[in-house]
Amino acid sequence: MTRYGSVLDLIGNTPVIDTSVLSPKPNVKIWTKLEGRNPAGSVKDRVALSLITTAEADGRLIPGQPGQTLIEPSSGNTGIALAMVCRMRGYHLKVVLPSNVSIERRQLLEVWGAEIIESPGSEGSNGAVRRAQQLAKDNPDWVFLYQYANPANPLAHYTTTGPEIFKDVPEITHFVAGLGTSGTLMGVGKYLKEQNPDVQVWAIEPPSGEMVDGLRSLEDGYIPPIFTDNNGFEMLDRKVVVRPKESLEWTRRMSELGLFVGISSGAIMAGAVKCALTIPDDQEAHIVTIACDDGWKYLSTGAWTDDLDEVVERAKRIIYF
Amino acid sequence: MSITVRIPTVLRSATGGAATISATGSTIGEILAQLASDHPGVQPQLFNEDGTLHKFLNVYVNDDDVRYLGGLQAPVADGDEVTLLPAVAGGFA
Repeated sequence: MTRYGSVLDLIGNTPVIDTSVLSPKPNVKIWTKLEGRNPAGSVKDRVALSLITTAEADGRLIPGQPGQTLIEPSSGNTGIALAMVCRMRGYHLKVVLPSNVSIERRQLLEVWGAEIIESPGSEGSNGAVRRAQQLAKDNPDWVFLYQYANPANPLAHYTTTGPEIFKDVPEITHFVAGLGTSGTLMGVGKYLKEQNPDVQVWAIEPPSGEMVDGLRSLEDGYIPPIFTDNNGFEMLDRKVVVRPKESLEWTRRMSELGLFVGISSGAIMAGAVKCALTIPDDQEAHIVTIACDDGWKYLSTGAWTDDLDEVVERAKRIIYF
Repeated sequence: MSITVRIPTVLRSATGGAATISATGSTIGEILAQLASDHPGVQPQLFNEDGTLHKFLNVYVNDDDVRYLGGLQAPVADGDEVTLLPAVAGGFA
C-alpha cells in the first residue's frame, strides 16, 4: 500500500540495500538499512514518535492542550524529528543544540518552529545534555523526555528497527551501528540476540572524547543511562572508534553506489569493513549496518566535493556524527 | 616493546603536559600500571579503588575499546597505539 493517512505512518519500514561490493571479503555480505527514508530524514523519527506517544499515553503530554513545552538536548536528528512531531501535535519544543552543528540542522529545526538554545560547541553533546538537565530542573513545568535515559528510546528499536532487520536479513550474523544515546544498539541488539544469541553487536563511535575540549575532569564524563540500564557492557561485543578521515572516505565510497548518506553512515560503514576483516575466510557472514540519515544536512561541509584533508579539518570542528 | 599512549587533554595536567607517552608491557594492565607509576597523579584517573578501569575512562588499542577485548588483560604488541579518552555523550543523538 502506498496511500497513507499521516506522515507519521511513514516512519519505519525502511529499505535494506545490498552494499556487499564494499566488503573486503567475498564471504562477507554487508547490508545497509536506509534510515534517511524516514519522513523527517533520520533514524531518530522512530525515537521521537516513541518518546511522544509514550508521554501521551502516561499523561505527561496531552494532545491539543495549549501551552505545553518540551525541552531536549540534541546534536540534531532527534531535535529535528521531535520538532516535526511536536509541530503536528501542537507542542512547543526547545532544543539545546551545540553551537558547532551544521547549518542545515539548525535550519531544519526552524522549519518546524523549534526554539534553539545554544550550548558551547567545545562541550559537544555533553554540554547540551548538562544544559538541558539544568533547564529542566529550573522549569519543572517543561516536559523533559530525555532521550539518553528514556526507555521509550531503545523500545522504539526493539519493536520496529530490530524486527524489520530480522525479517529482511534473517541470516544476520553481525549488527554494526553508531553509539550516541545507545538506543539503536540496545534496542536492536536485544531483539536480535533474543532471536539468535550468536548475533554479534558492534558499536561505532567518533573520537568524541578527543573533540570535546571543554571537559574539566574525568568526573564530567557521561555514560547514557539507557546504556547501563540495558547492560550495555554485556550487550556489545565490540566497540570501535572511527576517525573523521575514514568516515569521510567511506561516505564518498557509498556515494559511488548511489547512496547519498550522512557522514555518520560512512563511519559506520568503515566499522562494518573492520568487522568484515575479522571474519575467517571459510565462514559466511551477513553484516547489517544502519545509514542513519541522508547527505542533505551535510552539503555545507563540502564532504563530497572539497579537498579531503580540508574537509577532515572542518569535520573535527563540527559535530557530524 | 614500545607502545605509544595518547593522553587526553583532561589528563595532561597529571602527565606534565605530555600528549603522548612511551610505555612497555604486554597487556593494557601493564601499560596503565607503568603510566600510573611514572605519573602518580594519573592513578586515580585511571583506576577505581578496586583496581578496575575508571568508569568514565575509555581505553583503546588501535581504536578498539579494550573493555570488549579482555579489559586490563587485553594484549598489546610492539608498535600498537593506546588511546585514552574520556567517556562523553557523543554522536548523532
